[in-house]
Amino acid sequence: MSHDNSTPPNLFSAQEPIFPRRVKGTFRTLKWWIMAFTLGVYYITPWLRWDRGPNLPDQAVLVDLAHRRFFFFMIEIWPHEFYFIAGLLIMAGLGLFLFTSAAGRVWCGYACPQTVWTDLYILVERWVEGDRNARLRLYHQAWNGEKVRKRAVKWTIWLLIGLATGGAWVFYFTDAPTLARDLVAGTAHPVAYMTIAILTATTFVFGGFAREQICIYACPWPRIQAAMMDEDTLTIGYRDWRGEPRGKASVAGNGDCIDCMACVNVCPMGIDIRDGQQMACITCGLCIDACNDVMTRLDKPHSLIGYLALTDETAERAGKPRKSVWKHVFRPRTIVYTALWAGVGIALIAALFLRTEIDVNVTPVRNPQFVVLSDGSIRNTYELRLRNKHGEDRWFAISASAAGSALFLTLEGQEDLRVLVPANETKTQKLYVTAAHDTGTAKAERTDLRIWVEDAGTTASPSTDRVHHDTVFNGKG
Amino acid sequence: MCAKSVKKKPDDVGTTGHTWDGIQELNNPMPRWWLWSLYATIIWGIGYTIAYPAWPLLTGSTQGVIGADERAEVAAEIKRFDDANAPMKAALVAADLGAIAGDEALRTYAVSSGSAVFKTFCAQCHGAGAAGVEGKGYPNLLDNDWLWGGDIEAIHTTISHGIRNTTDPDARYSEMPKFGVDELLDKDQIGAVVEYVLQISGQEHDAALATAGATIFSDNCAACHGPAGLGDRAQGAPNLTDAIWLYGGARDTLTTTVTYARFGVMPSWTGRLSEDELRSVATYVHGLGGGE
Repeated sequence: MSHDNSTPPNLFSAQEPIFPRRVKGTFRTLKWWIMAFTLGVYYITPWLRWDRGPNLPDQAVLVDLAHRRFFFFMIEIWPHEFYFIAGLLIMAGLGLFLFTSAAGRVWCGYACPQTVWTDLYILVERWVEGDRNARLRLYHQAWNGEKVRKRAVKWTIWLLIGLATGGAWVFYFTDAPTLARDLVAGTAHPVAYMTIAILTATTFVFGGFAREQICIYACPWPRIQAAMMDEDTLTIGYRDWRGEPRGKASVAGNGDCIDCMACVNVCPMGIDIRDGQQMACITCGLCIDACNDVMTRLDKPHSLIGYLALTDETAERAGKPRKSVWKHVFRPRTIVYTALWAGVGIALIAALFLRTEIDVNVTPVRNPQFVVLSDGSIRNTYELRLRNKHGEDRWFAISASAAGSALFLTLEGQEDLRVLVPANETKTQKLYVTAAHDTGTAKAERTDLRIWVEDAGTTASPSTDRVHHDTVFNGKG
Repeated sequence: MCAKSVKKKPDDVGTTGHTWDGIQELNNPMPRWWLWSLYATIIWGIGYTIAYPAWPLLTGSTQGVIGADERAEVAAEIKRFDDANAPMKAALVAADLGAIAGDEALRTYAVSSGSAVFKTFCAQCHGAGAAGVEGKGYPNLLDNDWLWGGDIEAIHTTISHGIRNTTDPDARYSEMPKFGVDELLDKDQIGAVVEYVLQISGQEHDAALATAGATIFSDNCAACHGPAGLGDRAQGAPNLTDAIWLYGGARDTLTTTVTYARFGVMPSWTGRLSEDELRSVATYVHGLGGGE
């Protein structure tokens, strides 16, 4: 295997075209269902409606960047609740760790958008140009009328799919029906058109032409995945101890592999799984379907190519049975990942139910620390950020409690201790807290202060929502 | 079936010669499109330096062919905001001063605009937090004690014309006599009147001297500070009975004040600030907690 120094190596090589053959089987069927589900969710979600009452959008899933709100069915996330998004991202990460350590690159093989859209593009390619052999012929044939027509039809459909992909993306960020009308009328924001153009181009190029190049050369995730796999991780493998020596079935002494190349011909990555685990394999399972089909026809047992782990290989070579799939999946490592994943999930759900419809943040004004009034009393100023998540304007009542002497409260610009917070908005309000000059609070250096905000509600729907924020009152010390 | 996997086998490409724990590194060629993307970025880079200001010359630089100019963009942005704010500024100038605080939109604009004006022009003396400098004669604007009045009109007038400056004929003006320097009172009399001021402001004092000081006070000080020492806003005479002192309320500071007098100055802002800015900063100061 040593490199021959007499001939300089090629530094660059052109992309080798791949013409995956059609295949039927368990994994192909599974992949069709996953494709239908993921693409369905992606294209349909922006069109789902969800009634939130007046003043709020009725789109079920909406990332409203302009107003800094994220809507997901009954859940509404404000910027200060971004930890929900962080939590979901952590869960997504842990979920990938879990699936990768249990079953290898299942994300790559089944759910990754690059895989799903490439699969869809290959499906279109097959409809227009025929299966592998027809496509190979077309590839080698000169640019005659047939080739031009087939390529033009294929690329047009690809472009339309790309357009729909980019088009669906922008609907997540604003009201979908309105934007759809504006897009058609040509009055939508230029950013919408640019986003659609860029995503159309990337979908067209990545799904139609770059395909496996993205997985092999551009994507960092397969490189990271290797760190999460161990000897018990299920990956796709070829049982060479059963298949070799490969050759005609009629020749005595040959293994089960008849070297029919079915596994190679169906592979969207253009690899030969019989070379063993390799970087380019996205574990899509199509070679398993192809090989099982041949084994059925030869009346030989299935799973010459199948999901197996490194420990299975050792066991089977020694003539022992392999571990059950469940033993591979339920291991301390995957259980720890599951526990972490569920822990974050439960914490997020708990946080979701514990949040209130009103909220307050308090920033004490500490320049200066306190103000002496003409009668010698001590005043502290606090900036309140009051959040009203209701769909209608609400009166918030402000109060404060501290151990010891009574405090005198006033709100800047308000007649009493109530402030009207507009619907679905944050209002900044200054609160003055004063302690009489001869009280302990005025004389002490610091006094713990708890500021309460109570939703006075509306006459129609009285509320009991009440939140507080702890801070400190500074005295003369 | 002529198929062969498109992936190169080790025998086809050789190895780099690097070995770690028996694992060899294949010498796979780079995909050619990587090379094309390198060339594409080079072409992009050249195009970029032609389109935008880029290459340094002896004076200045190449200007680019599409006329990109970030200074002009900033100027346009500023003009855009000025234009957007113009109706609000006009409304602010047209409004009755006392009505600004009651108009939510006007007040919000005035407070944020006034805050910016304050931090640019006023914070040097009054501090970024508007707390002044205690004992140095820069008044605290957060408290409820006002020398010249604390309603929005009075604050607006003070900011517009300033105090005791020589540039604005409408500046607020009053002058406390230098009782010691001009020998209007002798040392003992000053000491007595200081004890009296300590007494009326509720501080520790010598009762006998204070009694003597009371007469001196009513003869020399009451004209401006009032018979009870409550001050007179028409003359900017401070209230001597409260807890707030512009230069300090201790015995030696009071003695200095009576002996040498004080002559705090504030510039006139008319002409330096536009009327909408004057009104904005007045609204801002009025809303700091002490406004009347």
